[in-house]
Amino acid sequence: MPVFINSIAAISPQDTLNPEAFLEEVTYQEGYSMLCQEPNFRDFIDPKYLRRMSRIVKIGVCASKVCLKNEEEGFNPDAILVGTGLGCLEDTEKFLSAIYEHEEQISSPTQFMQSTHNTVASQIAIMLGCKNYNFTYVHRGFSFESALLDATLQFAESEKETTNILVGALDEVTDTYLDVTRKLKFWKPNLQGQDFQFNSAWDHMQAGEGAAFFLLSDLQKEETFAEFKGVEMIYKPADSAEVKQKILDFLERTGLQPHDMDLILTGRNGSSSNDEIFDEVHHDIFKDKAQANFKHLCGEYKTASSFGFWLGAKILKNQKVPASVLLSDKSPNKIKHLLIYNNYSNINHSLVLLSHVE
Amino acid sequence: MGKKVYITGIGMISSLGFNVEENLDSLLARKSGIGEIVYLDTLHKGKLPAAEVKASNDDLSGLLGLEKKRYLSRTAILGMMAAKEAYDMAGLRPGDGFKTGLLSATSVGGIDKSEDFYKRYLKAPDEVSNLELVVSHDCGDSTERIADYLQIRDFITTISTACSSSANSILQAARMIKAGYLDRAVAGGTDVLTRYTLNGFNALKILDEKWCRPFDQTRTGLNLGEGAAFLVLESEEAVLKRNKTPLAELKGYGNANDAYHATTSSPDGFGAQKSMEIALKIGGLEPGQIDYINAHGTATPNNDLSEGTAIKSVFRDYLPIFSSTKSYTGHTLAAAGAIEAVISILSLKNKVLFPNLNFGQAIEELNITPLLEIKNAPEIHTILSNSFGFGGNCSSVIFSNKM
Repeated sequence: MPVFINSIAAISPQDTLNPEAFLEEVTYQEGYSMLCQEPNFRDFIDPKYLRRMSRIVKIGVCASKVCLKNEEEGFNPDAILVGTGLGCLEDTEKFLSAIYEHEEQISSPTQFMQSTHNTVASQIAIMLGCKNYNFTYVHRGFSFESALLDATLQFAESEKETTNILVGALDEVTDTYLDVTRKLKFWKPNLQGQDFQFNSAWDHMQAGEGAAFFLLSDLQKEETFAEFKGVEMIYKPADSAEVKQKILDFLERTGLQPHDMDLILTGRNGSSSNDEIFDEVHHDIFKDKAQANFKHLCGEYKTASSFGFWLGAKILKNQKVPASVLLSDKSPNKIKHLLIYNNYSNINHSLVLLSHVE
Repeated sequence: MGKKVYITGIGMISSLGFNVEENLDSLLARKSGIGEIVYLDTLHKGKLPAAEVKASNDDLSGLLGLEKKRYLSRTAILGMMAAKEAYDMAGLRPGDGFKTGLLSATSVGGIDKSEDFYKRYLKAPDEVSNLELVVSHDCGDSTERIADYLQIRDFITTISTACSSSANSILQAARMIKAGYLDRAVAGGTDVLTRYTLNGFNALKILDEKWCRPFDQTRTGLNLGEGAAFLVLESEEAVLKRNKTPLAELKGYGNANDAYHATTSSPDGFGAQKSMEIALKIGGLEPGQIDYINAHGTATPNNDLSEGTAIKSVFRDYLPIFSSTKSYTGHTLAAAGAIEAVISILSLKNKVLFPNLNFGQAIEELNITPLLEIKNAPEIHTILSNSFGFGGNCSSVIFSNKM
């Protein structure tokens, strides 16, 4: 049964909330991190909810609201599935600070309540009054992918005529997170100035953040972006040969071959230890295929692949690869099938296949 | 309905004991694990009781044959112990030709380590020697350590839906097996006592300074616990091929959201009612076929009233025997669903039901009394176990020994 992506929304370091724009103009940020371009949340979220929300909860809830903006009042997805690598870090840190500042005598539980990993999935359910299936996955570079896999199970199990699933992901950068990861030497803050031109020799790696939500459905509509054909996760592959074999197996299960791919969308993050595998996979499996990349625009985080999913869906709908993401010399003329290959820390590798719908 | 999923192994560590056998002995002896805090470094020591696993991290690492590592979270250590026990009981071996996954649940992840780090960091932000304590902060860390310990690589994920988390890892494992993604899965959860959760629940004013009293009129809150439990779930085909006799069948499961409030259950317990009803429907069961309910029963004023109301709505004139074993184990948060699943399977296997300790008088609005004594139950066949969490996450699972 085909599954369609009927709506997309992303809040990211780029101007991704604007439906008219498509990365024609991109913004780079100097230093260790790329932070989200935040909208005026009051335009999207009821102030009575907004008051208590931390920044990532606002970003996550807002992205979900934009994703569902075309749905009628009273619309409830059949499942709400959210992935997050680190959850609500800001409130976690605030509550930890309070524990030590007040010597374990704390009167306000607000930050504790808002720091659980399922906060955003729960807030969305409360706002929609949605009592259906509700899940939060928190596994590093598999968080968003696990939510996608759950969605494919939902469609297979559903006995309803039409099934709609809200899938999303979110992660935030906080000052402490940045300070700690900077000391652990996670990043390469080599970017200086705004005149950076993305190419295969880029050499900086930044922490990133964002939220992206998608409405998946088994009903194709005029506004459908693409077909979601499947997801695969590869945990700690023994070597690059295992990755390549699993890519071939994954494509075969969807009835496709490497030569059917029109674009490979990669999650290169700017560190050579992470990115070598992308070069090898491209050379050995997708030699003549066009390549594009997404992490130079969103930074590295555990659910960055959700930004890649947003980009892939938009590329298929627009039938156009923005120059700001293209790694190859030329953009393909027609993009029927697109493979997103991501890798987090060389431990969590993931594949997502999206296809164009007529 | 559809394919069958069996349980072929269980593992558990809690305040009641280091393995399934020790846990069973404590349950049968009516011995609660709740007591004064010994191992957690907290100013609430001596004031707030909790149900700690009675050993230090170093001692537990020793039992596992692991090197003592400062950054290794207690969450990972407990998880490895319980998962290994379930894995061995089921007779699994790495690379034996079956597609095997690990689905673990946790709410605190490695906060036990990062809260130590953070305490120092607030005073001395540039001290680098403690940075290694942060690497296990995220919830995925304990899962990957368990996976590596058991050499599980086909599929791994981590679930965090507050106190319903490990019930969800069990039901998600079942769904993946039914859909043919996996032949079998090690599914459960692990959570440890931390200053973070102790102070969080204390700020919410839902911790009892005495032993918790689930479903009692005078209940004022929960006692936190810690532990880990895992189940091996297996497809019918794998069970047949391996010629295994299952411990139980996972009959049904349900997941719903209360969509009411971030931390409070709705007065009518709608989410709880819906998760129980879905579990019955998937199991193809009538309410009258449930012999016993292992309730979520945290002993907070809100949960027990809401859950009791939901149970009455689902079961109407027929109320099965029920109890909350959190009076033994404390509330082990993300591990609770799996711990209570193991207790349910022990009941099915040993034909014995475990009581609700510390109960005095029924909640006025409900007028229902839980099981108060250990009960031999030769006719016990089908058990429903509830797990509900902050964020309105409600899950129910049903196990049966009628296979």
